[in-house]
Amino acid sequence: MSTLLAINNISCGYGNGFHIKDISFSLPEGYFAGIIGPNGSGKTTLFKGISGDLSLNSGSVLFDGKDLSTLSLREKAQQISIVSQFAEVPSITVEEYVMMGRMPYRKPFQFFDKPEDIAVAHHYMQLTNTFRLRNKLMTELSGGEQQMAGIASALCQKPRLLLLDEPTSHLDITHQVKFMNLIQKLNDDLRLSVIMIVHDLTLAAEYCDYLVMMKNGQVFCQGAPEEVLTYEKIEKVYDTVVVVKINPVSGKPVVFPVSERRLKKLNEKDIK
Amino acid sequence: MWDLRVMYKKTRWLFYVLLLVATVLGAAILSLSVGEIRIPLTDIPKLLADKESMEFGVLTYIRIPRTLLGFAIGGSLSLAGAILQGIYRNPLVEPYTLGISGGASLGVTFAIVAGLHLLNILFLPLAGFIGAFATIFFVYTLSIRKGALSVNRMLLIGVMVSFISSSMMMFLMSITAVENIHGIVFWIMGSLNESNTVMIWGMVALSVICLIIAYIFVMPLNALRLGEEKARHLGINSDVTIRILFVITSLLTGACIAVAGIIGFVGLVVPHIVRLWVGSDYRIMLIASFLSGGTFLIVCDVLARTVISPNELPIGVITGIVGGIAFIILLSRSQKQSKLLKG
Repeated sequence: MSTLLAINNISCGYGNGFHIKDISFSLPEGYFAGIIGPNGSGKTTLFKGISGDLSLNSGSVLFDGKDLSTLSLREKAQQISIVSQFAEVPSITVEEYVMMGRMPYRKPFQFFDKPEDIAVAHHYMQLTNTFRLRNKLMTELSGGEQQMAGIASALCQKPRLLLLDEPTSHLDITHQVKFMNLIQKLNDDLRLSVIMIVHDLTLAAEYCDYLVMMKNGQVFCQGAPEEVLTYEKIEKVYDTVVVVKINPVSGKPVVFPVSERRLKKLNEKDIK
Repeated sequence: MWDLRVMYKKTRWLFYVLLLVATVLGAAILSLSVGEIRIPLTDIPKLLADKESMEFGVLTYIRIPRTLLGFAIGGSLSLAGAILQGIYRNPLVEPYTLGISGGASLGVTFAIVAGLHLLNILFLPLAGFIGAFATIFFVYTLSIRKGALSVNRMLLIGVMVSFISSSMMMFLMSITAVENIHGIVFWIMGSLNESNTVMIWGMVALSVICLIIAYIFVMPLNALRLGEEKARHLGINSDVTIRILFVITSLLTGACIAVAGIIGFVGLVVPHIVRLWVGSDYRIMLIASFLSGGTFLIVCDVLARTVISPNELPIGVITGIVGGIAFIILLSRSQKQSKLLKG
């Protein structure tokens, strides 16, 4: 399988503040990878290094064999879509918002929308089940609906790689699973490669083919979910006691937290 | 072959533009006919043919230039406001609130005190532009924290820069000759009374050229509604776009202030109301703001000429009162909205 994205020893960060160091991993085309790690471990900074929002201090990012820094913003936007967390939403209609995803394909001085652009937008709105919301304002949608519109807009860019920054963190379990199923479907049907920052380790194990676990701005370990999500590694990286079991249906690891009171009781039993 | 929705959007936009052009023409005719000498609309073509009549002189030397200038200045200020509100995604931003007007005023005051306007009349707009550009650069650099632009910081610094500029102006006025003070005060109050045809046609040309240049960046402006970072992810070079648009707004504001003095709040109120009416898509927003701003200022000028006739009010008084009240209403409304959002 051909490598779509190769990250070679990249380091980047904010001025004299936080930095990520010597990150390397590669993503074969059509893979669904997850980035995990505690808050402040550098997951979003890594995304900014890949997207070019932060310039690299060292190392390189190769996309389909080409150095990403040699591509123009427009060329990059035709290959990679990024869906960030919705901090602020513009008060424009869902349709206008989704249509923005066609921006990388507009010719200069093309002031009106082409019918094919509208067709593409409508197609992906139907796929993400946001077509019925097309005349609503983005600000009127729920968090889950906004995420779906965000995905529709990202797909309009016709990307080969989709970068998702914690898309499920403030969704309830129905919307989380719906969202992850949609991404998995896109991954299967369109062979769209996905890198996603995930907080929920169980969700990451269930859906991702490959996990990169980060700690203090560096890669702690990477590999298949079964290799990465062991209780020893999680306890080391997250500094939290957990129990890891296997999901009887999918055979993937499931991570259970353990409360402090329970731990104390267990320890007391051990002493007795 | 066109999708019905695009058709609909196009027809709707065409309707807005035609309606606004009609309003501009209506306001222009009003402005030509109202004044000390009333000239009925039906007489205008006849009078323009008769080069000997007094009405011909009034029309060609006073009212037509004044109406043209009102249109160009109103359109420019409104366009500058629309662009700035787009860049900052904040409806309360305009050349005034960002301190650009203050900077331009200081530049022009300095030029008058130094006597530069006596050397060449074009030094005034140049000084206005330099003042505007210096301010926007200053406010922009100070508002960047950790590589990100903070709009709130920018607004606060803008207001402070306005204060500093007006203090510096007072300082300059206190050390200069009396006849200069008269010139500065008269000019601060704002007026469309400009007799230099080069300045008038220059202003008209500048406003149209800036509208065309701004229109080239209409899709990047649309993308910037989603934020600078998101626009960049959509392939838009946000930094370059914002810088070029900054230069355009400084140019517009600086020139307006140099030609007509301080005319406040046009750039705030007009684009805001236009946005409520036509929507936030800049493809129609820019043109609609430009035309509405032109109409608004022509009408304000008619009011300024007629309210206490035969005397004349400074036009800045009219726009300041109308705009200031609208600003307060918008501010209290947006606070209500944010409270609602927080639940």
